[in-house]
Amino acid sequence: MKWARIAAVGFLVLVSTACLLAQFIAPGSYAHQFRDVPDAAPSRQHPLGTDDIGRDRLSRLLYGTRVSLLLAPAAALLSSLLAALIGGTAGFVGGWVERWVMAATDLFLSLPWLFLLITVRALLPLNVSPFTSVAITFALLGCLGWAAAARVICADARTLCSSDFVLQARASGNGGVRLLCRHLLPNLKPVLYAQFWISIPVFILTEANLGILGLGVSEPLPSWGSLLRELESFTAFSAQPWQFVPLILLVVVVSCFHLALQKQELSA
Amino acid sequence: MRKLARHAARIVTVLLLGGLLGATLVRLAPGFGVDEQELDSRLNHESIQALRQSRARDGGLAEYYVHYLNQLVHGDLGTSRTLQQPVRQLLAERFPETMKSVGLGLALGWTLGLALAIAPVMSRSCSVDLLTSLVAGVLLCIPAAVLALLFVMAHAPGRLVLGLIVFPKVFRYARNLLEHSASLPHVLTARAKGLGGFRVLLWHILPVTAPQLLALAGVSVSLAFAAAIPVEVVCDLPGIGQLAWKAALGRDLELLVNLTMIVTMVTLLANSAADLIRNPLRASEV
Repeated sequence: MKWARIAAVGFLVLVSTACLLAQFIAPGSYAHQFRDVPDAAPSRQHPLGTDDIGRDRLSRLLYGTRVSLLLAPAAALLSSLLAALIGGTAGFVGGWVERWVMAATDLFLSLPWLFLLITVRALLPLNVSPFTSVAITFALLGCLGWAAAARVICADARTLCSSDFVLQARASGNGGVRLLCRHLLPNLKPVLYAQFWISIPVFILTEANLGILGLGVSEPLPSWGSLLRELESFTAFSAQPWQFVPLILLVVVVSCFHLALQKQELSA
Repeated sequence: MRKLARHAARIVTVLLLGGLLGATLVRLAPGFGVDEQELDSRLNHESIQALRQSRARDGGLAEYYVHYLNQLVHGDLGTSRTLQQPVRQLLAERFPETMKSVGLGLALGWTLGLALAIAPVMSRSCSVDLLTSLVAGVLLCIPAAVLALLFVMAHAPGRLVLGLIVFPKVFRYARNLLEHSASLPHVLTARAKGLGGFRVLLWHILPVTAPQLLALAGVSVSLAFAAAIPVEVVCDLPGIGQLAWKAALGRDLELLVNLTMIVTMVTLLANSAADLIRNPLRASEV
């Protein structure tokens, strides 16, 4: 399945590049309203048509994909770092610290993820600027998504700490920070890398769910969640199949992440 | 008995800590202690002060938490600020609806997931494996809310969506487990001795995978409850998922915290039950 992985990574690179170059590719700004052509069908000027208030769908798709594709990895990085800090410290120190940290992690894992997420989201102001809402949404995902990864990293750090080469390093006088930086962290890298990759599609899908529920990124800034929300207005009578393009892109991108991370999982 | 007590202690600890966390969230939320009545221009300064004093009676965080726990012990879950109804009544009305959806979703998800996981292992056919993996893979990449939307468009019953959310996770995990178990030496020996496929599955493959599958059963309850939020909102099912969403939009934190605690308790009970059944199975395996 090596070809599938290469194709997946290639597609992700292609989509990411297109999103980064959105201002050059997109026919207009994501918020610009072409008031003469609301609900327009695909044309040369608007390849994916326009929405009910005349915004170009392709522009919104490109900018929305950029938001999700840039910020989901950022949230994944945050959660992986938190997991490394919490799980790694617990595994490295061991003893009662490990027991207490893991007990806290278990408690955290017992709380239902989406319920916790919307509770914390509701704690923060809902009527904020679009850019603040993006920051809040993805920061929350990053801050609340560390627990499962911390468990894996703690178990791995524990195994490493009792391995022969670490014992040998300790015996030759390596301790504390040096042991952590020279021997443990490089060996924890594959697990951290895998956790990072696993988190990205999870966060993309969670943001999409939050967006559809109206608890994600605020309008007019697009994200996959807000783009998919438009499907609510889809009816057989309006019959605008191009409304499904964001959904198809989301499914393909998330599938590509799954395909690409299989190798990372194996190596971890 | 000791294990049962340990599980019960764990549930109580989680609920106490979760309650403290929830009370902290409510207490520290912006706008706590401010009453909408204060905006009434007919009220004079003294009346506003009296209102503020009555709200300030809850005191500091510790006092507030003790008050919250005291209410909880007496079965009083408070009143929803947005819906102006006792939380207990709201839960009594909506919880059975969610339990029905979750129950049906779990039954469907597990039936589909296990059946499609068993099919490629038993048939040992690449095309069956590819087809089932493809279906599960696509479902895994669609957000729950979008699946619910698609069901609404197709005029299909929304409750079935939960089954399609649980299915790919069960399928993936079960398929890997069954595949691994099917390649174990004792299974190969059983096959070599001429045992039928069904018998091999029932007596040699499934017993090995049962403890892990039970663990997954516990996790899938939590998964189904989480998916109930978008599904109930989109399909307009009056369950606790929809209630949680309304509470989130209305920033009704007291209601949200109580809902989170109830769902946490249900998922903890499911996990503990799975653990308690799993342990004897594991012991018998050893």
